[in-house]
Amino acid sequence: MSSPLLETVGLQKTFGALVATDGVDFDVREGETHAVIGPNGAGKTTFIKQLCGELRPDHGSIRFAGEDVTRLPAHQRARKGLARSFQITSVFHDFSALDNVALAVQAHAGHSFRFWRAARDDASLVQPALQLLRQVRLEHKADVLAAKLSHGEHRQLEIAMALATQPRLLLLDEPVAGMGTKESARMVRFLETLKGEKTIVLVEHDMDAVFSLADRISVLVYGRIVATGTPAEIRANAEVRAAYLGEEG
Amino acid sequence: MKGSLRTWVLVGLLVLLAAVPPLAAWLDQPFYLDLLRRVMIFAIAATSLNLILGYGGMVSFGHAAYLGIGAYAVGVLGFYGIHNGWLQWGLAIGASALVALAIGAVSVRTSGIYFIMITLAFTQMLYYLGISIEEYGGDDGMRLASRSQFSGLVDLGDATSFYYVVLAILALFLYLTARLVGSRFGRALQAARSNEARTRAIGISPYPYRLAAFVISGAMCGLAGALLVNHTAYLTPEFMNWTRSGELMFMVILGGIATASGPLLGAAAFLLLEDLLQGWSVLPKAVTEHWQLYLGVILVLVVLFAKRGLAGLIPGKHE
Repeated sequence: MSSPLLETVGLQKTFGALVATDGVDFDVREGETHAVIGPNGAGKTTFIKQLCGELRPDHGSIRFAGEDVTRLPAHQRARKGLARSFQITSVFHDFSALDNVALAVQAHAGHSFRFWRAARDDASLVQPALQLLRQVRLEHKADVLAAKLSHGEHRQLEIAMALATQPRLLLLDEPVAGMGTKESARMVRFLETLKGEKTIVLVEHDMDAVFSLADRISVLVYGRIVATGTPAEIRANAEVRAAYLGEEG
Repeated sequence: MKGSLRTWVLVGLLVLLAAVPPLAAWLDQPFYLDLLRRVMIFAIAATSLNLILGYGGMVSFGHAAYLGIGAYAVGVLGFYGIHNGWLQWGLAIGASALVALAIGAVSVRTSGIYFIMITLAFTQMLYYLGISIEEYGGDDGMRLASRSQFSGLVDLGDATSFYYVVLAILALFLYLTARLVGSRFGRALQAARSNEARTRAIGISPYPYRLAAFVISGAMCGLAGALLVNHTAYLTPEFMNWTRSGELMFMVILGGIATASGPLLGAAAFLLLEDLLQGWSVLPKAVTEHWQLYLGVILVLVVLFAKRGLAGLIPGKHE
C-alpha cells in the first residue's frame, strides 16, 4: 500500500494542565473519507487546528503528501492542497457569494499582486467560481451578500470555497452542524458525490452523516484515539460504545 | 461600481470642482479657490488613508507622518536651493514610501489597539524630530523660498494653475484607488479585513498585501504633503502633529469608510464646516469660539446615524 496522504505521529498539545491532544497517531489514505468522532471536549477542534496549521503541536509531527508540514503556517499548507471548512461559519460576509468563491479561486491561482485589472471581470476567476456555486447548488444566490445567506447556504458556500482551491485533502469541520434534517440530508448527498473523488477528513457529530459517508472512523476521547476502523468495526467496538456511542443513545 | 449613482456623484463633484475657478473669478472671490484647493489636498490625503483604514481595516493613527515627510522633502530641498518640482515631488513620494515600508514592516504585524499605538508612536517620533532640527526652523517652521518649479510647464504661483494641478492629481488618485480596490490585490486586501482566518485558510497570507497597501498609501499621502506645503508656502512640523492624523481619520469616517467618494466628501464637509463655524459672522460668538465642539457633535451624529458616512447617504450598493 502506498504511503498515506496525511499522517500524524505522536501529536501532542497541552493547554496548561489540559492535555487536548495526547499522542495521536492518525493517517488518511489517498481517496478515502476518514471521519473523526468523539464526545464534546474530546479535542476534535484542537486536533483539526493542528492539521491545518492554526495551532502548533508541542510534540509530534504531521506529514502531508510526503512532506513534513509540522512547522508550516496555515496559508502555506493551504497552498499545498490542504483545504478546510470551519465549524463555525467563516466566510467573507461583506462579499457576495460569487466573490467569496472567486477569491478562493484567486488564492489558488498564485500571488495576488495584480493591481490593475478588475477581478470581477476576470473570466479565469469568475467562471470556475460560478461552476463551483452550481456544484453546491448555490448559483441562484451568486450576487447575494454572504451576510444575507442562511445557515445552510453558508455551509454550502464554505465547501465551494474549500473546493475552489483544488485541494488534495478536504478538512470538513462539522459540515452539517446546526442544519435541519432536510438540509443536512441534502448536504450528505452532496458530500457523497465528492466521495472517492476527494480525500476527506470529516469531523462530525451527526452519526447518520458519519456512518453513511466514512470509509474509516477514528474515535477521539480525551485527546486520545481509542479506536480506528471501518464503520462496522466501530459499531461493534465495546470501548467505543462505552465511551461514546452509548451516550448518544 | 460601474455606472452606479455613487460613481456619477463623484464624477459630478469633480466637474463642479473644475468649474470653481471661473466662477470664483466671476464672483471676484479668490478666497474660495484657496479654500477648495485645501479641501482637495486633504481629500488626496484622506483617499490614501481610506485605502488602508477603509479597505485594509488598518486603523492608522499616524497618517500625518507622510504629509510631513512630503512637506519636508519640498521644504528641505528648497532650503538648499533645489526648487525643481519633479525632484521635490519625486523625493516626497519616494521618501514617504520608504518610511512607510519601515513603519509598516513593524506595525502591520500587529492589529487593533497595538496598530493604532505603534503608528501614532512613529509619527510622534517624526514630529519631535521635525521640532528638534533648528536648521529648518524647529517648531516655528520656515517660509518656502519658492514653490516647486516645473520650468515652463506649469506655474504653481498662479492660483488657478495650482488649483487644476491639485484637481488633476485628486482625480488621478481617485481613479487609481478604484482600480486598486477592484483588482486581485484589492480583493485580497479586503478579504484580510473581512476575515483573517478565512483568508489564511484559502492560502493567502495577509501580511504582504497589507504592507504593500501601507506603502502605496504612504506614498500617495507624501504627494499630498508636497502639495500642502506648496499651498501654505510654509513648512512646519505641525503637519505631523497627531491632531492632524486625527483630522484625517475624522474626514475618512465622516465621508464614509471604504467608499470611493467618502474621502472627498469627508474632507469637504470637515474643512467647509470648520471654515463656516469659525468665520461666519452671522453665527453667535459662542459658536465661532468653540467651533470644535460643534464639529465633534456632528461627527458623533454621523457615526451614530449614517453608518457609511456621508457617502452612505447616497443610495446604491455597498462595495
